[in-house]
Amino acid sequence: MFESFDPVMLARIQFAFTVSFHFLFPAFTIGLASFLAVLNGMWLWTRDTRYLDLFRYWVKIFALAFAMGVVSGIVMSYQFGTNWSVFSDKAGPVIGAPMAYEVLSAFFLEAGFLGIMLFGRDRVGPALHMVACLAVAVGTAISAFWILSVNSWMHTPAGFTIDPDTGQFLPTDFWQVIFNPSFPYRLMHTVTAAYLTTAFIVGGVGALHLLRHRHRRDKVSPATRTMFSMAMWMAVIFAPVQIFLGDMHGLNTLEHQPAKVMAMEGHFEDHPEGAPLYLFGLPNQDEQRLDYAIGIPKLSSLILKHDLNAPMQGLSSIPREDQPPVAVVFWSFRVMVAIGFAMLGLGAWSLWARLRGRLHDSPWLHRAAVVMAPSGLIAVLAGWITTEVGRQPFTVYGLLRTGDSAAPLDAQAVGASLMAFIVIYFAVFGAGTYYILRLMSRAPALSEARLKDVTHSPIRTAGVTPAPQHLARRDGSNNQPGE
Amino acid sequence: MPIVEGFSFDLTVIWAFVIAFAVLVYVVLDGFDLGLGMLFAAEPESEDRDVMMNSVAPVWDGNETWLVLGGGGLFAAFPLAYSLILPALYAPIIAMLLALIFRGVAFEFRWRTKRWRGVWDLAFIGGSGMAAFAQGVTLGGLLQGITIDKAARSYAGGWWDWLTPFSVMVGLAVMAGYMLLGATWLVMKTEGRLRDRMRARAWVLGLATVLFIGAVSLWTPFLQDGYYSRWFTGWARGLALGVAVAVLVLALGMFRTLRVRHHDYWPFVFALGMFVLGFAGLGFSMFPYIVPTEVTIWEAAAPRNSQMFMLVGAAVLVPIILIYTALSYWVFRGKVDPDAGYH
Repeated sequence: MFESFDPVMLARIQFAFTVSFHFLFPAFTIGLASFLAVLNGMWLWTRDTRYLDLFRYWVKIFALAFAMGVVSGIVMSYQFGTNWSVFSDKAGPVIGAPMAYEVLSAFFLEAGFLGIMLFGRDRVGPALHMVACLAVAVGTAISAFWILSVNSWMHTPAGFTIDPDTGQFLPTDFWQVIFNPSFPYRLMHTVTAAYLTTAFIVGGVGALHLLRHRHRRDKVSPATRTMFSMAMWMAVIFAPVQIFLGDMHGLNTLEHQPAKVMAMEGHFEDHPEGAPLYLFGLPNQDEQRLDYAIGIPKLSSLILKHDLNAPMQGLSSIPREDQPPVAVVFWSFRVMVAIGFAMLGLGAWSLWARLRGRLHDSPWLHRAAVVMAPSGLIAVLAGWITTEVGRQPFTVYGLLRTGDSAAPLDAQAVGASLMAFIVIYFAVFGAGTYYILRLMSRAPALSEARLKDVTHSPIRTAGVTPAPQHLARRDGSNNQPGE
Repeated sequence: MPIVEGFSFDLTVIWAFVIAFAVLVYVVLDGFDLGLGMLFAAEPESEDRDVMMNSVAPVWDGNETWLVLGGGGLFAAFPLAYSLILPALYAPIIAMLLALIFRGVAFEFRWRTKRWRGVWDLAFIGGSGMAAFAQGVTLGGLLQGITIDKAARSYAGGWWDWLTPFSVMVGLAVMAGYMLLGATWLVMKTEGRLRDRMRARAWVLGLATVLFIGAVSLWTPFLQDGYYSRWFTGWARGLALGVAVAVLVLALGMFRTLRVRHHDYWPFVFALGMFVLGFAGLGFSMFPYIVPTEVTIWEAAAPRNSQMFMLVGAAVLVPIILIYTALSYWVFRGKVDPDAGYH
């Protein structure tokens, strides 16, 4: 049924689909792992049960999201070979090593200590348990370091030569390979995005429970207030930082991948006397122009060159076959930027409410926070699409074309596996997302302390030892990633 | 790629051993996870299932990471082999990845729902079984050889080449072997009736595993001339006999300790021994080919500086990984307490 399809296009769709799905989980768990480590540290330091309640609340959600991240990540480590074998053969000598380092220094660290973090509090004592929480958090960050280094190398390759016989990229300097020109910017921008993603999810959940009990404020647990407050501090601090980092990343992209920036800006024609910032327009790549464009004159030159009259070239200066798909890049970039400023706005709003002492008593702020809960995930995907589609039509920018990277597969094989991935991902990860949402819909502390409607206490036989029942319920009733 | 003698020779061989080690560790560690998953089918009682799953819940994720190291290491150290083998064995590898998704999420999902728990238990069973079978088929498909275009550095066969009676048999063999690991693991980790049932199952599965090892061992030499001459010339004949005897001795040890109470650790240890021997035998068959019998490890090797750069990391990090992996097993040592869970 796939005979008429282009196998390379199917392989691209498959990679885009599997990596996009996968990326959502680490985007959430990178920040959440750090949040949990902080909560556990605060609990040990202050012995304030709010923090323990919050830890128990979020660790269950973390376990679900992390498991989905792991299983969807294993797919990625094999997709390079199954669908992009020519790329793997050629780029493997360079990017294989950093990826191996990711496995050795990050994946094992996360996986090795996850069990102790989830199940080991009473077995190992608080110190080692805290170490385990930190190890998992640090592991996620190390993982981001290596994989973003590899990804950046595909955008701004450095530190290699090309073998004339095999066409393989051969490393000459691994320091240059790892710290390639776009890597520091991409790492900062992406990790900050992950923290913001988590902050807005946590804040949204806190806001939801504040809203639910807005008429009975005594029923709002201290844990709920704390999580909303912590999340809003994150928004206040990191939303502006992120916009600044995004700007730096954009300038770096302009230097190394000008075509991508032209597509982001919708600049088809050259602007010798200062380029406008287009807010809206319909990219028409066939005619090489932006239809219905609405723009602010010269602002793009000001942002990108810090000079109102700086000349800027457009896509017309680039051969058609080397241009990225403009419409996708143009729109995904606008979605990301719009969300970034909305995050900034919510952070400012929360700061204003906080200064007036009404942070926990502002229903419209809370409603906005609930709406914004998934905004980080959307922004992360939009940003990812901007940068990756903007890299096209190359896998290794300027050097290896996407069309020359794919495995020698029939459309049949790629199409069938693509269908399987789509059906299974939506079914399995859809169910997992539903379970996460259901956990989130329960208020913290209340649900942690008195779980009466426990559906699953598989390990606890009924009626054992009445005295510690309360305690046992507290930490055992949900059995799983509990304490 | 020239076959370089000297230092490069050593590095390439070292990397072949590192990757073989990663795959072996994966096979035995996730082997008992997957075997346990298949044995779920035979244990319908929810209390038994809870105990079984809890016996591996804290460690399965670490176990599975060795598969990522095996794949990632192959990519890094032998990129040509990675880019030949994966497209050749496309269907079983995709099937394995999808099966591992079902298996992996079941660990979390089954605790989050009452109504659908049966579905996720089924996902656990089916995912474990399919992953084990697909891994066996992958091994069989590789052993029987794949068609490549060496000049174009690419796979040149069809999409169903991997499907032969041999690869299917290896798939079934791996299922049986993993179930044996799972059963003996549970003998070690559980008590009472569940343990007794696992002793009985380990008997049957042990017998099946020995027969499968024998069948694969007898069939393999006739797949490719290289295998035959490797095993049946000169001193190797003695080695072949020695390996066969050693497998039988280990099997006897396992059967014996399965009978005796208070020997709950030993059957697992003997089963591990059988796996290690079988794996070593496979390595002996294949060496020095990484794609039998087309591409040697030297032809597929990454350049020397890549291997060296990685080796520095591996030499430091692998021992550390082994230490904290051992720590994790130590923390969760002993029998799973059915009343207390793993707190």
